[in-house]
Amino acid sequence: MKLLTGNDLKTGFVTWWTGSDWSIHIEDAADVGEHGEAILAVEEAARRVNAPYIIAGEKTADGPRPAHIKDRIRALGPTVRPDLTLKPADPAAGDWVI
Amino acid sequence: MYKYDEYDHAMVAARVAEFSDQVKRRLAGEITEDQFKPLRLMNGLYLQLHAYMLRVAVPYGTLDSRQMRMLAHIARKYDRDYGHFTTRQNIQYNWIKLEDAPAILADLASVEMHAIQTSGNCIRNISSDQWAGAAADEITDPRPWAELLRQWSSFHPEFSYLPRKFKIAVIAADEDRAAMRLHDIGIQIVERDGVHGAAFYVGGGMGRTPMIAPLIKEFVPLEDMLSYAEACLRVYNRYGRRDNIYKARIKILIHELGADEYRRQVEEEFAHVKSLGIDPPKAEFDRIAKQFAPPALDASAPDAIDRSDPDFAVWVDQNVAAHKVAGHAIVNISLKPIGGIPGDASSAQIDLMADLAEQYSHDELRVTHAQNIVLPHVRKADLYAIWQALDAAGLATPNLDLISDIIACPGLDYCSLANARSIPVAQKIAARFSDLGRQKELGELKLKISGCINACGHHHAGHIGILGVDRKGTENYQLLLGGSGAEDVSLGTITGPGFDEDGIVDAIERVTDRYLAERAEGERFVDTFRRVGMAPFKEAIYG
Amino acid sequence: MVEHLHSDGEEPCVTLDAFLSQSNATAVRLEPDEDARALIPHLDRLALIEVAFPKFRDGRGYSSARILREAGYTGELRAQGDVLVDQIAYMKRCGFDTFAPEKPLNPADVEAALTRWPEHYQGAADGAVPIWKLRHG
Ligand code: HEM
Ligand code: SF4
Repeated sequence: MKLLTGNDLKTGFVTWWTGSDWSIHIEDAADVGEHGEAILAVEEAARRVNAPYIIAGEKTADGPRPAHIKDRIRALGPTVRPDLTLKPADPAAGDWVI
Repeated sequence: MYKYDEYDHAMVAARVAEFSDQVKRRLAGEITEDQFKPLRLMNGLYLQLHAYMLRVAVPYGTLDSRQMRMLAHIARKYDRDYGHFTTRQNIQYNWIKLEDAPAILADLASVEMHAIQTSGNCIRNISSDQWAGAAADEITDPRPWAELLRQWSSFHPEFSYLPRKFKIAVIAADEDRAAMRLHDIGIQIVERDGVHGAAFYVGGGMGRTPMIAPLIKEFVPLEDMLSYAEACLRVYNRYGRRDNIYKARIKILIHELGADEYRRQVEEEFAHVKSLGIDPPKAEFDRIAKQFAPPALDASAPDAIDRSDPDFAVWVDQNVAAHKVAGHAIVNISLKPIGGIPGDASSAQIDLMADLAEQYSHDELRVTHAQNIVLPHVRKADLYAIWQALDAAGLATPNLDLISDIIACPGLDYCSLANARSIPVAQKIAARFSDLGRQKELGELKLKISGCINACGHHHAGHIGILGVDRKGTENYQLLLGGSGAEDVSLGTITGPGFDEDGIVDAIERVTDRYLAERAEGERFVDTFRRVGMAPFKEAIYG
Repeated sequence: MVEHLHSDGEEPCVTLDAFLSQSNATAVRLEPDEDARALIPHLDRLALIEVAFPKFRDGRGYSSARILREAGYTGELRAQGDVLVDQIAYMKRCGFDTFAPEKPLNPADVEAALTRWPEHYQGAADGAVPIWKLRHG
């Protein structure tokens, strides 16, 4: 699957395209198929996202999983500060990254 | 310490106003990200892996307690309660919101701080010796020279769109604690016939093509220093490569021209620039130097240290250095607790260090290029009280310059350019060597880790260096041996094929074991390596 | 005050090569990789030097401008091309007095940019008195 990601212009938070809007949770991310470039152009011009790009990912039982480790770390947060990730209560969350 | 006058205040205030306006225009869509990026970068604002990252300048690494407390305040109010001290003596915040950036810059300006030119293709924050003004071996305090350069380079109209970033370091001792020759310009203040002048080393750097700066001019008199720097920069701005970002640093220009040809061009330009009258009079240097006058230290303060607490004694031996005034000492606070994140400090820790500086160190602190903090002017009689306070805050790890005093860049946990994580590797190595007796047995050993070829973690200059690379989508680590960023400057050599995260820790253990087996009396790791060469270490690592 | 746009109907600029081989032109255009010092023998008959900024990130034109002013050039010095409002204050300090940006600038922003800096730390080509001189009278 293809995912569309970027950062929120104002806050800088990592965001994922859900098919109709942006979410900080990768679980909400939608497969953009071949439409990535078109959505990206519209959303960037509207300043709903900053520095967006398209990545490859795969569908898993736990939701979309980016192909590259960098985007998995973006999706979760710093592996060395579990308390600052999006899953602070899950001590095993870091395993998903690697 | 340097205090702003009305002019300095007005300049920083104008910059805050300018950036507030630029942020407003970006948020309103009047400028694109492509146009905004160089503007935010010149104000230290990056877009990083998780959010915006703000890099705040600590000019030549010197701070007072009020400024240090402001750093804690910013961490608490606008970030997530911590900051990361860097090898360039700056501090970085990892979770900044674009809309907050103008307010943060205004808060910084209120304590005479800023983020000006901490990024971008301009002259960056000037770094210096963290023991300046306190070191027993310096010939003078290098900071007035650095401050002169800071003002000259701030908002320089000709040199704000250079081919690439430009970093200057200034030292004034033969012992190099600032990696001077790995800078675009490294200046060493030297003495000739009783007069101080600047030796210019130009064209050093790390990154993907590490180079040691050659000596371009042995002695530039104070009254010519800015003209000479201007000439060095003008030749670079005109002829530095702009066709390839990886070849755009001044080191490549000088490498391609040759040091002699570069020197010839600089001398020619200097002869012209000197006629323009851009060098301030001696009175301006004196005005600045007066503000760096040494604090009133009582040389009759007691010299003896009560070493009856063994943990304290261990810390004194490792982390306390000689001060030029009797009865005094330099305290080095390690930000490298075993298992911690090198260079990170919480708001509470930053506040505590500020309090200690105010109470015991004539209100001064320093940030070091090894990502530690220094209290430069401490009475020996106060060491025990300082140690107790540090120990209670997890800041008394006695590992200065030992294998666990690791320099590590943020790596893939924070940095969008990274190939691999740096911090977890640093943590695993520190854990493997956590036994202090073992660390002391290994002696001075500078271990430096970068998460990619950009070399922010100085891996080329580590006695042991580690470089994170991407190997078919997984993290992999190359090992380098024999580098140094000090006066015995050298570049490390890659041992051979890389390792995974656990493999690199094992490899380092094999290297240190081999060192213990090979070393001659009094040799540090890097001395042994230089004597015996790579072969025995290669054999130890790869069999 | 600075002129923000150039007037119409002026003599078109010739390239540096053309200028050096054709002695009657009074306006010349300098590309980033061309040596401003080649013009120094001819400054007194030049009325306009246009310095090209094909990309705003290419800062060679700032040095070209200063070199020309330092050599005594007093005619029009124009920054042309990818000239952004956030750069014109520095350009002016380097000696430019007119701007021909590819994308028009908002006059209010131009005004704000040119009046933003109360003083300057270093001497340049605009004749401004540097701060160190103000400090020492
Ligand atoms: C996390 C965001 C960071 C980014 C995006 C970044 C980016 C870069 C880049 C691209 C280079 C290579 C420049 C070149 O070779 O031309 C570089 C070099 C460097 N950076 Fe960083 N850096 C970051 C953080 C840091 C940190 C945290 C430190 C200090 C610990 C640091 C200190 C340095 C140093 C000392 C160099 C080497 C300078 C040289 O090549 O001569 N950087 N950085
Ligand atoms: S060395 Fe690479 S990974 Fe590390 S901070 Fe610099 S750019 Fe990022």
